[in-house]
Amino acid sequence: MTAPRLHVHKLRAGFGGKEVLHDLELEIAAGTVTAIIGPSGCGKSTFIRTLNRMHELVGGAWVKGRVLLDEQDLYASDVDPVLLRRRVGMVFQKPNPFPSMSIRDNVVAGLRLTGTLSRGQTEAIAERALRQAALWDEVKDRLDDPGAALSGGQQQRLCIARALAVDPQVLLMDEPCSALDPIATARIEDLIHSLRGRYTIVLVTHSMQQAARVSERTAFLLRGELVEVDDTRKIFTKPNDRRTEDYITGRFG
Amino acid sequence: MSDSPRPLTGAPPLGERLIEAALAGCAAISLLTSAAIVLVLAQETFAFFHAVPITSFLFDTEWTPLFERARFGIWPLVCGTALTSAVALLVAGPLGVLAAIYLAEFATPRARDRLKPMIEVLAGIPTLVYGYFALRVVTPCLALVIPDLQGFNALSAGLVMGLMILPTVCSLGEDALHAVPQTLREGAVALGAGRLATLFLIVVPAARSGLLAALTLGLSRALGETMIVAIAAGQQAHLTLDPRSPVETMSAYIVQISLGDAAAGTVAYRTIFAVGAALFALTFATNALAQRWIAAARRVG
Repeated sequence: MTAPRLHVHKLRAGFGGKEVLHDLELEIAAGTVTAIIGPSGCGKSTFIRTLNRMHELVGGAWVKGRVLLDEQDLYASDVDPVLLRRRVGMVFQKPNPFPSMSIRDNVVAGLRLTGTLSRGQTEAIAERALRQAALWDEVKDRLDDPGAALSGGQQQRLCIARALAVDPQVLLMDEPCSALDPIATARIEDLIHSLRGRYTIVLVTHSMQQAARVSERTAFLLRGELVEVDDTRKIFTKPNDRRTEDYITGRFG
Repeated sequence: MSDSPRPLTGAPPLGERLIEAALAGCAAISLLTSAAIVLVLAQETFAFFHAVPITSFLFDTEWTPLFERARFGIWPLVCGTALTSAVALLVAGPLGVLAAIYLAEFATPRARDRLKPMIEVLAGIPTLVYGYFALRVVTPCLALVIPDLQGFNALSAGLVMGLMILPTVCSLGEDALHAVPQTLREGAVALGAGRLATLFLIVVPAARSGLLAALTLGLSRALGETMIVAIAAGQQAHLTLDPRSPVETMSAYIVQISLGDAAAGTVAYRTIFAVGAALFALTFATNALAQRWIAAARRVG
């Protein structure tokens, strides 16, 4: 068996004196979609933010344990979080296109921000990323319009295109549909399907239906503890842990 | 609970109506004051243009209303105001914006809490003190490096005026940067952007309107500033853009005449209203521009 793309080992994290995540242990294979489910406040967002070292940007935040990306510890002292985030991209709850930029400039913003955009590449990269994000046909005639002029669902796909344009290996999605209507949500879910295989996707969601629809593996977090991780079908049909069963059958959360 | 019907109609109590009227009265005072000022200004300005054709006001290049052969071209005064304000903006613009960036993005909360009041102290210094600081300290110091500098000059008045408006620019600029949503910074950082790239390619452009508004409000304070320029820039209306030479600003001219012995009702006396009206139009236009930018900034945020 090959090494997992991401290997979370004895991961603990928190803010100040409060520990939010307790001893998480998780392996994520390359090219798979893994859903993280659990009730509000269980540490889903904190967990996903430890995977690209965004967690530590908040004052007082701390992390212990290890997160390996292709067997390299993200928290080793010589790892530059800025370089790491080019390999582990992220999409947020609320679409956050850059308001002062056009659609095209939003897509290539990552390359421009990192100084890796060479002249003449812009059009090709923008088209490729927008096609991958299933947004090309809707915006190809108005690439100079401001990104903020798009609908919420389109903005979120623009943010996905923006993340894909820097060619990451892992894509973290923190409740990417929580601000979207059902139709826009369905399009994002289709998109996640089409990205599987090429990208390793970690999806935080509060919607169990969404986890069931798009993921191959599901991890259930409860009060900062990883209760169970297994194939999605198994989690939703025959969970091992009583607490998982209570949660997915709607007895709490 | 009893089921007897309770009335749904009736006037509000008298006390409530009285308080409302008192509050409206307070709000009306400032409105009435502005209206009265505009009225007086308009009246005297009208009387002035009755004696002096508006064409010579706008197209003459000399301003010598007290001379035997009086000339009434406004441009030397406008030039003096523009020159000193431009120097002030050249000081307060870069310094204020960079200080705002430091305070908003780099300073620890503790450092910010200490530095901000210190910068704001600058706003509390009487402009008279600034004026003499410019005349007695800045001008002699500058004279050491600029030999042609005259005793009264636009340069040192403008420099000191820049210090005076620095707190305005810095404080409003910091507010503008602070108002940029955290989600935008996170979006940039998640793409692998470093701190400076995030700051200059994402945060500053997003705060652009607010920063421009900060600069414009600083500018409009500089345009109307009187004491510093009256003391340190001189009182000779020259049509010049040389900051080393003395200039007279619109505000300084008004002070000069109103402290002098021009009799009420004479043309010389009425010039101050015409100049005042022109200055009012200038600052009003600047403020209106700033308001538009602030509104635009709110839409983005």
